[in-house]
Amino acid sequence: MTWLTPAMQDLLIEASWQTVLMVGAAAGIAILLGLPLALLLLVTAPGGLAPNAAVNRPLGLVVNAIRSTPFIILMVAIVPFTRLVAGTSIGTTAAIVPLALAATAFIARLFENALREVDRGVIEAARAMGATRLQIVWKVLVPEALPGLVAAVTVTLVSLVGYSAMAGAVGGGGLGDLGIRFGYQRFMPEVMAIVVVILILFVQGLQSLGDWLVRRLSHR
Amino acid sequence: MSPEPFAEADPSRPAIRLTDLRRRFGATGAVALDGVSLEVAPGEIFGIVGRSGAGKSTLIRCVNLLERPDSGEVEVLGRNMLALDESGLRAARRDIGMVFQHFNLLASRTVAGNVAFPLEVAGVPRAEREARVAELLPLVGLEAKRDAYPAQLSGGQKQRVGIARALASRPRLLLCDEATSALDPETTAEILSLVRSLRDRLDLTVLLITHEMAVVKAICDRVAVMEAGRVIEAGRVFDVFTRPRTATTRSFVAEVIGHSVPAGTIARLPEPRPQEVRRLLQVLFAGPSSTRAVVSEVSRRFGLDLNIVSGRIDAIGGEPFGVMTLAAYGPPDQIDGAIQWMRSIGIEVAEAVPEETAQMKLEAA
Repeated sequence: MTWLTPAMQDLLIEASWQTVLMVGAAAGIAILLGLPLALLLLVTAPGGLAPNAAVNRPLGLVVNAIRSTPFIILMVAIVPFTRLVAGTSIGTTAAIVPLALAATAFIARLFENALREVDRGVIEAARAMGATRLQIVWKVLVPEALPGLVAAVTVTLVSLVGYSAMAGAVGGGGLGDLGIRFGYQRFMPEVMAIVVVILILFVQGLQSLGDWLVRRLSHR
Repeated sequence: MSPEPFAEADPSRPAIRLTDLRRRFGATGAVALDGVSLEVAPGEIFGIVGRSGAGKSTLIRCVNLLERPDSGEVEVLGRNMLALDESGLRAARRDIGMVFQHFNLLASRTVAGNVAFPLEVAGVPRAEREARVAELLPLVGLEAKRDAYPAQLSGGQKQRVGIARALASRPRLLLCDEATSALDPETTAEILSLVRSLRDRLDLTVLLITHEMAVVKAICDRVAVMEAGRVIEAGRVFDVFTRPRTATTRSFVAEVIGHSVPAGTIARLPEPRPQEVRRLLQVLFAGPSSTRAVVSEVSRRFGLDLNIVSGRIDAIGGEPFGVMTLAAYGPPDQIDGAIQWMRSIGIEVAEAVPEETAQMKLEAA
């Protein structure tokens, strides 16, 4: 274990923290922006609560465009935007911007699918009881889809752990970056291995937590 | 809620008046409603029966405008529904409870939460909601299931929750959309008697749609039969059952009160003597004639031998009636005389050829 010097330990801890920060912040932003986006996509869709092609089509197009751009390209392509938002284009904070953008488009589609799963009959019943569209959204759609929404957050978090490994390209740091720089470029396979093990533990932990929460919330 | 000027439970005014409703679907223009008009009186249980695709589902959805007709008029509890704006419509819907085939309960809410939902939507304060829920659950026999989730309930219990929820905002009209079609026969009977007792206690008007004539027979006062987007027959349930005018209605009626002649029975009947004939008569007794000793009277007056092949005595809404298949043996002119005499005292007689009785049996199966 000669390679696990105190300096290396510090690097691992720092990189882990950077990964947590990037994933956590990006996911938080994605949830906040993704839910309204998903609701808007769902409600304005043909046959939705307030069909509106003029909103639905462009919105869907933008979401698909973001989703289909490879993350490494997206990250570089939006550098001016990142600089505008974060004040810099290098570092962990800067990496959060493209991560949040990609995750928002990703989670919006997952949320939309989860919301779409809500039984149409239940929505019809709410209409028959005189509920407003806003009440249908917040008292029926969101609570009924909650287990599905939580599952979507879990999938997004796991995907973000993977995306964050690419953040090294803009000096974002994190475990993936550490693994590439030490494990690959400096021929230290032990570092690569421990980075991979930590990432696996991360993902396992997130998945277990998500599954547990879905079970708690689901009354089916 | 806007104070709409409408007559408060005026018995002379229909609870529902639909006038010439028309509705087409999609680009193909499939016709769901093709000029439907009907009136439902306050306090009655009105059934609409039809096969799937007859338009009955669209029709009931037009009453609370879950579906908008292309043309026609919808008057419910004195309101012109089609003239209401969005908030007026929401207020009107709170006066109309609705129960669904698949219950449509919120899986994320407990029984109490589901029943309270329409009150929450209407902005009723929490304390009042809880008091109302405590009132409603005993009404449908679910006090013990207050905190259960729908997934933990049986179909019948779910529908009881659906009914309690539909009644939460004290509606005067209850719409039942195939409310018992997903339930087994025993549970169906329970739910139907619950609906009837609630109607009696709460002074409700009930409009229900169903594809089962047994439901109509069990609780309806009047019935309309729909086919291809039209009402082809309507009237008191007793009249429609005992004197169906269309083939569709006859086949519906046969499902419930059709009496079949067991296979081979006709073949085993004795052959007529020389100079005599054997004819099969289908006889319907309803009203005053149902208690008259008709068979023996016919036998005496016309000197006929009557063999009862099959028969059934039943009652609809407390009114008795009987249907019978008779094999009459005698001279042809005496049989003709007997048929005329029975008709003269209000009994319906139809001559049945064996194939027809077999056909009736098929339809009943």
